[in-house]
Amino acid sequence: MTTHDPTYPPPRRLKPWTTVERGLAKVGISGRMLVLAAPVLWLLVFFLVPLAVVFGISLATKQFGRPPYSPLLTTEEGTVQLTLHLSNYIRLFTDNLYVAAYLSSIRIAAISTILTLIIGYPMAYAIARAPDKWRNILLMLVVLPFFTSFLLRVYALTGFMRGNGVINQFLGLFGIEPLVMMQTDFAVYVGIVYTYLPFMILPLYTTLVKLDVSLFEASADLGARPLRTFLSVTLPLSMPGVIAGSMLVFIPAIGEFVIPSLLGGPSTLMIGRVLWDEFFTNTNWPRAAAVAMAMLVVVVVPIMLLQRAQSSVVEK
Amino acid sequence: MAKKSQQLAVDTRPWRDPGNNKPFVRIKNVTKKFGDVLAVHDVSLDIYRSELFCLLGGSGSGKSTLLRMLAGFESPSSGTIEIDGQDMTDVAPYNRPVNMMFQSYALFPHMSVEQNIAYGLKRDHLPKGEINDRVAELLSLVKLQDYGRRKPHQLSGGQRQRVALARALAKRPKLLLLDEPLGALDKKLREETQFELVKIQESLGVTFIVVTHDQEEAMTLATRIGVMNLGEIAMIGEPTDIYEFPNSRFVAGFIGSVNMVEGVVTEDEPGHVRIRSSELGCDIYVGHGVDCAPEQLLWWAVRPEKMVLSREKPHTDHGANVTTGTVEEIAYLGDISVYQVALESGKRIRVSQTNSIRGKPDAITWEEKVYLSWDDQAGSVLTV
Repeated sequence: MTTHDPTYPPPRRLKPWTTVERGLAKVGISGRMLVLAAPVLWLLVFFLVPLAVVFGISLATKQFGRPPYSPLLTTEEGTVQLTLHLSNYIRLFTDNLYVAAYLSSIRIAAISTILTLIIGYPMAYAIARAPDKWRNILLMLVVLPFFTSFLLRVYALTGFMRGNGVINQFLGLFGIEPLVMMQTDFAVYVGIVYTYLPFMILPLYTTLVKLDVSLFEASADLGARPLRTFLSVTLPLSMPGVIAGSMLVFIPAIGEFVIPSLLGGPSTLMIGRVLWDEFFTNTNWPRAAAVAMAMLVVVVVPIMLLQRAQSSVVEK
Repeated sequence: MAKKSQQLAVDTRPWRDPGNNKPFVRIKNVTKKFGDVLAVHDVSLDIYRSELFCLLGGSGSGKSTLLRMLAGFESPSSGTIEIDGQDMTDVAPYNRPVNMMFQSYALFPHMSVEQNIAYGLKRDHLPKGEINDRVAELLSLVKLQDYGRRKPHQLSGGQRQRVALARALAKRPKLLLLDEPLGALDKKLREETQFELVKIQESLGVTFIVVTHDQEEAMTLATRIGVMNLGEIAMIGEPTDIYEFPNSRFVAGFIGSVNMVEGVVTEDEPGHVRIRSSELGCDIYVGHGVDCAPEQLLWWAVRPEKMVLSREKPHTDHGANVTTGTVEEIAYLGDISVYQVALESGKRIRVSQTNSIRGKPDAITWEEKVYLSWDDQAGSVLTV
């Protein structure tokens, strides 16, 4: 015979959050929805709404005054009138400047991406294959430049490349004429490759470090020389890293503004600079907005292509 | 007739007649150091053509390092390795007539089963038709005809293991190295695969060197076993030699279960040896000569199945080889039962008995006083 202990089980004490949760559940809101709501709200307020505003401005025309563009909606004698100007978009196609700037941006971004891949791959491979105790130090060295200002780093490059800069002074010791490097496309490539290299190395490193060494050994064991092993085993298996790294370099490089303005010359045409000029020099907000919208499309298409390539690689 | 069978035995066991047979793989005084760590220490080993040689040892015994040196992934710090009369010391892995089956299988995840198997053949620049024929042949050898187009991740563990075997055999290597080939399979599949592996090895006549930590696997697979301990070869021999005539306490203890007792030599004659063991509480009479001296301390090792358990004291010769104790534990394993008997000295001895009578009602049970006896050839006298 056991007597029932009235104090056992003890009454469950409700935590404050549980009360809130139950209250919310009554109106049909679960905790899961709240958690999801935070990023949705963030994107809505700081991305979608501003994007809609920019899109709206791109459909207006330039006007003197404040704001410097025509209103979309006008009220006249009791009727609301919506005026949409497509002239900005038409201009993008008819004026060679914009098409040339887009093409040039894509070309510069693509070449820079290939260059960072060529330089970054061996570095990532070396770090992934380095002894454990070295690996973190080497990775640290790759990330270290992020601890200094981006602007400073790009500006410091001028010290190397200008007419009487470090490189030309060094070449001068051997009696070589100074090279013209600043204000050229070459300088822009150096700038982009230098600043974006870590974005290529890090995703490459993460895929390479996960590869099982015995796969390389198996390849060698089956008669493949090192180059064949690289082409048939290492490279295909590191494709997810190659694609991720390429996206991380290519996408921001298209819209790059600081590097071409600091290092590039007047002939270096990039869409970021055109945008700046339209906005600040010409104060043509609607034109600038149209350029920005078009750039979004230009960037989204390669992202989608690369993402499709990546998902097909990962599927394997 | 008797003469013929003896000849046959030598034919299939070339190591029994090293004078007339040339070893296929010759490992001479090989030492491998990783920094200060001695992974393999002065190992010499001859392996003959068509052998299925098992390197058996615990982790860190140096068996895998030895295998990797044969494949060419590591180079010996000193000593030489010859394969088919050729010095392999400076030959790169991709130029060796050797293939390896990896413990993790190391199948290329981005290639189909067919592409995996064809990988080595493509490196030899064989014509396409021949590659396809060879791949089909190998797929049927490992019974995976319908799986050629699958990717490794779409296969079960056992299927992957067979793809790895087919890939390693594709180039018809003279020597196949297998690193824990059955390690990743469950027990049932392992037993099936063991026999399949032996069958394939016998039908192809390839020399196999298998690394394993599983003594049962080594016993079933191997023509000979090399037991490794702390980077050295502790014993080389046929499975029966290793089990019945271990050369050291390490080998006796590593393979199978064993009762080990300490004793002192009291009689040392050319035809017999008498050992006094206080642990056993009786004398051990060994019916053959042993290289030892009177009063020498040595060890006597006996397998559980070599002893007999009885309720009445059995008659034994020479007033030795029988002792008594109480049954402490019984492990019923179905085919056999293992009894743990505590002797008066406190020493525990394990004896196994075959359960040949079904549901025996008067079987020896817990807390019974029993006699343990053995014949004069039952145990091994070990001096090291």
